[in-house]
Amino acid sequence: MKAFAELYARLDATTSSNAKLAALQDYFRSAPPDDAAWAVYFLAGGRPRQLVPTRQLRELAMATAGLPEWLFEESYAAVGDLAETIALLLPESEHLSEEGLATWVEERLLPLRGLPPAELAERLPPLWAQLDRQALMVGIKLITGAFRVGVSKLLVTRALASLAGLDAKRVAQRLVGYTDLSHRPTAAGYLRLIAAESADEHAQRGGQPYPFFLAHALQLPVERFDEVLGPVEDWQVEWKWDGIRVQLVKRDGRLWVWSRGEELIGERFPELQVLAERLPDGTVLDGELVAWLHAPDQAPPQQALLTPPDQQNGQDEQAPRYGIQPFALLQQRIGRKTLSKKLLETVPAAVLAYDLLEWQDEDWRNRPQHERRARLETVVAACAEPRLMCSPRLEAGSWEALAEQRAASRALGVEGMMLKARDALYGVGRTKDMGIWWKWKVDPFSVDAVLVYAQRGHGRRASLYTDYTFAVWDGPPGASERSLVPFAKAYSGLTDEEMRRVDAIVRKTTVEKFGPVRSVTPTLVFELGFEGIALSKRHKSGIAVRFPRMLRWRHDKPVEEADTLAHLQDLLR
Amino acid sequence: MDLVIARPEGLYCPPGDFYIDPWRPVSRAVITHAHGDHARTGMGHYLAAEPGAGILHARLGRDIDLQALRYGERVEHHGVTLSLHPAGHVLGSAQVRLEYRGEVWVASGDYKVEPDGTCAPFEPVRCHTFITESTFGLPIYRWQPQARIFAEIDAWWRQNQAAGRASVLFCYAFGKAQRILHGIDASIGPILGHGSMEPLHQVYRDAGVALPPTLYAGDVAKNDPLLRQALILAPPSAGGSSWMRRFGEYGDAFASGWMMLRGTRRRRGVDRGFVLSDHADWPGLLWAIEQTGAERVFVTHGSVAVLVRHLRERGLDAQGFDTEYGDEDETPADTESES
Repeated sequence: MKAFAELYARLDATTSSNAKLAALQDYFRSAPPDDAAWAVYFLAGGRPRQLVPTRQLRELAMATAGLPEWLFEESYAAVGDLAETIALLLPESEHLSEEGLATWVEERLLPLRGLPPAELAERLPPLWAQLDRQALMVGIKLITGAFRVGVSKLLVTRALASLAGLDAKRVAQRLVGYTDLSHRPTAAGYLRLIAAESADEHAQRGGQPYPFFLAHALQLPVERFDEVLGPVEDWQVEWKWDGIRVQLVKRDGRLWVWSRGEELIGERFPELQVLAERLPDGTVLDGELVAWLHAPDQAPPQQALLTPPDQQNGQDEQAPRYGIQPFALLQQRIGRKTLSKKLLETVPAAVLAYDLLEWQDEDWRNRPQHERRARLETVVAACAEPRLMCSPRLEAGSWEALAEQRAASRALGVEGMMLKARDALYGVGRTKDMGIWWKWKVDPFSVDAVLVYAQRGHGRRASLYTDYTFAVWDGPPGASERSLVPFAKAYSGLTDEEMRRVDAIVRKTTVEKFGPVRSVTPTLVFELGFEGIALSKRHKSGIAVRFPRMLRWRHDKPVEEADTLAHLQDLLR
Repeated sequence: MDLVIARPEGLYCPPGDFYIDPWRPVSRAVITHAHGDHARTGMGHYLAAEPGAGILHARLGRDIDLQALRYGERVEHHGVTLSLHPAGHVLGSAQVRLEYRGEVWVASGDYKVEPDGTCAPFEPVRCHTFITESTFGLPIYRWQPQARIFAEIDAWWRQNQAAGRASVLFCYAFGKAQRILHGIDASIGPILGHGSMEPLHQVYRDAGVALPPTLYAGDVAKNDPLLRQALILAPPSAGGSSWMRRFGEYGDAFASGWMMLRGTRRRRGVDRGFVLSDHADWPGLLWAIEQTGAERVFVTHGSVAVLVRHLRERGLDAQGFDTEYGDEDETPADTESES
């Protein structure tokens, strides 16, 4: 446990990838395999479910530290991290425990789940007393399921690969599914991660997916596309769908649906199981799972997808969107505990496939994009199941013509376009060495909104007021008695310097404090950007926006000139 | 009668007609210590503890009208008996004891309870009313013994040496820098100081505080191999400046009580944070308040509301004083304030 806590401290202390890589290598070089197995699990993003309810954890910490609740809350507000707060408040101990991470997790922490409060009150304080402050914080983070440190899965992969003398892509492949909830890290499993490559390893077994190939954001004026990207003919262009990236793995008569977070989400989308019968074994597809506007039996013919809607049916004003429903609806399919029949009917799922990773048991990732695409089209056609379609290819004679098509993105319910080099191989993660995918997104929606509440941030923003609630006016300028209606929270987009200035203004213009939140006299206007907008019953404003963030501080705009709710409602159309 | 009240100019003693650490020009000012937010220019007459006279002259000018008192020496002014007592914060820092018609008040200024060898250690003074700071007035702030922190700094310095890179340690120029010099193992390698620090080191040496020899960083050539062995003390403002370029590859660290929190450590963007403060931590504040025997406590700059509430729950008559020494609640570590 101590070694793992020290690794955490080293990773946490630096922003340099090289320093982090060195820290990981040092750790894995000396860690026993059972500890290393768990370390890989946590560092690569594995999260066991919360072991102790937060409420009980707080109460026990307060009791052990001998502090009243208000003082605990004040401390938490200053620290901005629950595990760290508790570690700072508990009586300090010398580090007594010699046991490693695996012993701690398996024998001490995991068994805490589901224990009654009285039992927890007996067990936890003696555990805490064995750890020094650093290890205590890490230990509590494992308990709360909030363990996070600034390491990407890719970096863990690189560390293991360099240690084992393997290709990083091979390790990535082996790591797929490693952090799945159902997976329990073991020493043997870890040794398999770093084992020498076997001759028949490329033959995939079971439902293992491939690591996803990720796109890079393209921010470039279209005039420079020819110069930077080359001719448009060298690119395969598709819409960028607003859905869930998935891999469909069909082997051994079964279908596995993996999300980009490498979670199995097939249970949430039972209607896709029909594909298990239609796709041949040894097939892996990459694509986007979307909420489909029409029930499958009313699905538009494939050809309709290939044509922008204004040419689909000139008179049909009722179907302006591309068959895609807002992402918010898709989230219900994931979020709801039970899938009601109604939900299955109103939010049917479909997959828009855009890549073929395995065909007839053979790994196709090292074939060029255009070859994979051509085969994909025949595979999808042969499948003949309306729930599986090809994401249409967009054709244009020039980048400028493409840019014109892209302008219709909002109306079509898509986020922009994907540009895929025709000869690109299918890489691993966000790599660029095997070819490249660009996401060419449309500009976000934007409104000018007024800052009305502020809350202290977390992590490196702890004790600064950096999390804001924004409002728009519920009446036009000049209307008497109009008021500000909160509609979005945002905390990103400002520079550190701007954050400090806003923080100072929040403190000076505070009207009231409610716990960690302050209401302020409205003086600040920001341009907020967001990706999507939908009706919502849960929000006072009646509107929910997706990925809101601050685009810029409108120093030039008086509060009276901020946007109105009516303007937001216009964006809904 | 209240011996100290808050006025727009600063903390004021009505019967004595003088101010303590005023932030606007007044005719008579008692200065607890020479940090910028407590000792300001423009006062008609200054009164301060004798060990701090050198620093005050260095910072506010040779020509200020300064009366220096030895610790414990009493003077009387308009019937108020005044004396200064060590606050353990920096060289020359003092608590101000006021006595008038049998009533005793003590204004602490800034203080630290752990003795550090670079200034007279904090001395509890019995009083009826105590005015305390609250910079680190939250129970999350509990300092390690300084010997342990210095050992960490030494180890970090050695590690950097082994890796062939310089060690740049950011710290406040007055107080913290000298305390670090006094506490570290100077046999490890050469020690360099930023230009703004050297005169302050000298004042400490002149006052008889043992500091290891230091080189002025500006005197060392850019690629001198000595840099790879050196510890360089620099004020926080030097971070990211062109001055840093001369050191080639370096590891950096920041020494401050605020480094207790991961968030502030990461916001600083340095490799290491050493938790070393010249203020009292939470147990230190509570201990100091208890030692005074005061039943009435005024709380200034820092976590005013928290400390006031906590003291009230312990049965003391506590209230906040609004001052301009710090922010009304938590002070972010980004300010260049001494800490």
